[in-house]
Amino acid sequence: MKHRTFFWFILPTLTAMILFIALPIVSAFVQSLFVQHEQVLVVSKSCGPFGCNETTSIDLKATEKLRQGEPLGKFNGLGTYLNRSHLAFSEVGNAWANSETLTDFWDEVLNLPFYGALTFTLTYTAVVTPVVLILGLAIAIGVNGLPNLMKGPSIFVSLLPFLVTPLVGSLILFWMVDGDGIIGATIQLVFNDPNLSLKASTALTWTMLIVYGIWHTLPFSFIVFYAGLQTVPFDTLEAAQIDGATKWQRIIYVVVPHLVPLISFVTLMLLMDNFRVFEPIVSFSAEAHARSLSWIIFNDLRESGNPLYGSAGATSMLTIIGVAFLLTPVLLRTWRDFKLKGH
Amino acid sequence: MYTKTNSRITITKSLSFALVGLWLFVAAFPFAWTFWGSFKVQSDFFSKANWMYAIWGTNTINETGDAFTGNGYYGAWVIQSFWKNFLNSGIVVFFTVIISLTFGTLGGYALARSGFRYAFWILMAALVFRAMPHITLVSGYLLPFFEWNIWGHLPTTIIVLVAMNQPFTLWMLHSFFLNIPKDMDESAMVDGCTRFQAFRYVIVPVMWPGVITTGLFSFLLAYNDFTVTAMLLSEENETIIPAINSFLGTTQVEGKVMYAVAAVVSVTAPLLLLILFFQRQIVSGLTAGAVKG
Repeated sequence: MKHRTFFWFILPTLTAMILFIALPIVSAFVQSLFVQHEQVLVVSKSCGPFGCNETTSIDLKATEKLRQGEPLGKFNGLGTYLNRSHLAFSEVGNAWANSETLTDFWDEVLNLPFYGALTFTLTYTAVVTPVVLILGLAIAIGVNGLPNLMKGPSIFVSLLPFLVTPLVGSLILFWMVDGDGIIGATIQLVFNDPNLSLKASTALTWTMLIVYGIWHTLPFSFIVFYAGLQTVPFDTLEAAQIDGATKWQRIIYVVVPHLVPLISFVTLMLLMDNFRVFEPIVSFSAEAHARSLSWIIFNDLRESGNPLYGSAGATSMLTIIGVAFLLTPVLLRTWRDFKLKGH
Repeated sequence: MYTKTNSRITITKSLSFALVGLWLFVAAFPFAWTFWGSFKVQSDFFSKANWMYAIWGTNTINETGDAFTGNGYYGAWVIQSFWKNFLNSGIVVFFTVIISLTFGTLGGYALARSGFRYAFWILMAALVFRAMPHITLVSGYLLPFFEWNIWGHLPTTIIVLVAMNQPFTLWMLHSFFLNIPKDMDESAMVDGCTRFQAFRYVIVPVMWPGVITTGLFSFLLAYNDFTVTAMLLSEENETIIPAINSFLGTTQVEGKVMYAVAAVVSVTAPLLLLILFFQRQIVSGLTAGAVKG
């Protein structure tokens, strides 16, 4: 294909991606360097019979005018990145200096908004991804052994938790585990504690969100692995069986190696999607105990009437750096493969 | 083919069937429960006293005289005007799918037929873009959109969703076009067609299976989106998912949770139909990216 023709074919999609994916990242970065103008204060002197008084008031008009004139705010450099809501180096330093034990230090650091969110996001990603991989493979092997008549319906039932949007899916689960819902009420009955609530403690909230995450993403890995199982060469399996391999050995030494490319594909997709965990926190109204990076950006932007663009931009940049760390191994490998192919 | 070689029932096998059975129950039960409960009153669906109430509708009979009530649906669709949100969603979804597929087929075809190095780099860039959490992009849009006065309108959201859809669409259609033999369009070009004519008259007639599969995923992205639509649409233009979220806040206070339950069921029902008719395409779409590695 000639360069010219290629250019015209790719133009619409490339324009869309540059305008609405690449430039917004730049725009978020620029915003992160600015903070909103402070309110304009006027000091007025009023003198009466008992001497003069100085009162300070907010000049709403001037504030509004200033903010309208420069919507970005004033230049702040990397200040936003270093403040308490983001990297908070000085707070971390203080915590390190003042805390006796390592656990004290951790407790203090986890109370800082950014580190708390980062810890939850990483924990969520690190737990959900491997569990979904292993369970997905186990269920795929199980369904593959089912009679043909039952395979279609099993896939049909499995697809629903994956295709329903996270906000709605987690609401459905939330109504069940809520204090008055079927699971919540049953748990209260079992433990004989009418005030027991899954939302009351950090550990339970995290567990609930992680269970939701597994429920939501398991179908994806199950279906990809199931499709992969259809292509495992029968000859190799038979040969392994003749050589005396048990069923278990056949899975470990024949099936799993055959699925390795699929496993890395699923891992990549899961990492990308789990790292942006966000909607379940809204649905479960779990923000008291669990906040993710996406959620704190959302919260900054939602700050009613007065969105914190600078703060949201800074967290966005830090999140993108996190995504870059996750993707680097994959990109490096793809680049090596590409070079090997000798283009 | 990897199929079972013997049909003896072993312990491992029964364990694995049990696991499948458990999963199918866990996957289906919440939906069945919520669907059934959406026809009850709140004191049944959220019954602390006895969960059997939700099944038999004890309080529903007391309050409405019948074991099934459409009050939740009436409240959501008529009182809360959920139909408006559905209409908005319809518009957003329709245009997002059409535009994404148009852009995506052109781009995917070009990438599949170009052997140049930059085609690889565009695909890599698309992969990186695919990984960006949507909320980070939204934080970049808000201020410019406010300044240019294009915030809150449906077209803005549509074009943003189209752009977010492009990385995935490009990858899928690229790998799909790779499977269509090069000879087809090249022989048309030998016969004197331009590249675009070859695409229009030779490739377009055979590309529909791939386009439909990709279209299903574009549909799901637009239909299911919360992050973009919640932040970029004004209240009167809200689509279904942010609408559910916003009347969660108000209805919980007024004891009208059943409106939200009915809305959730209404939103899920079209997805069920989608799976019913397009299960095969969805499964092949999920694995399309994987096969190419």
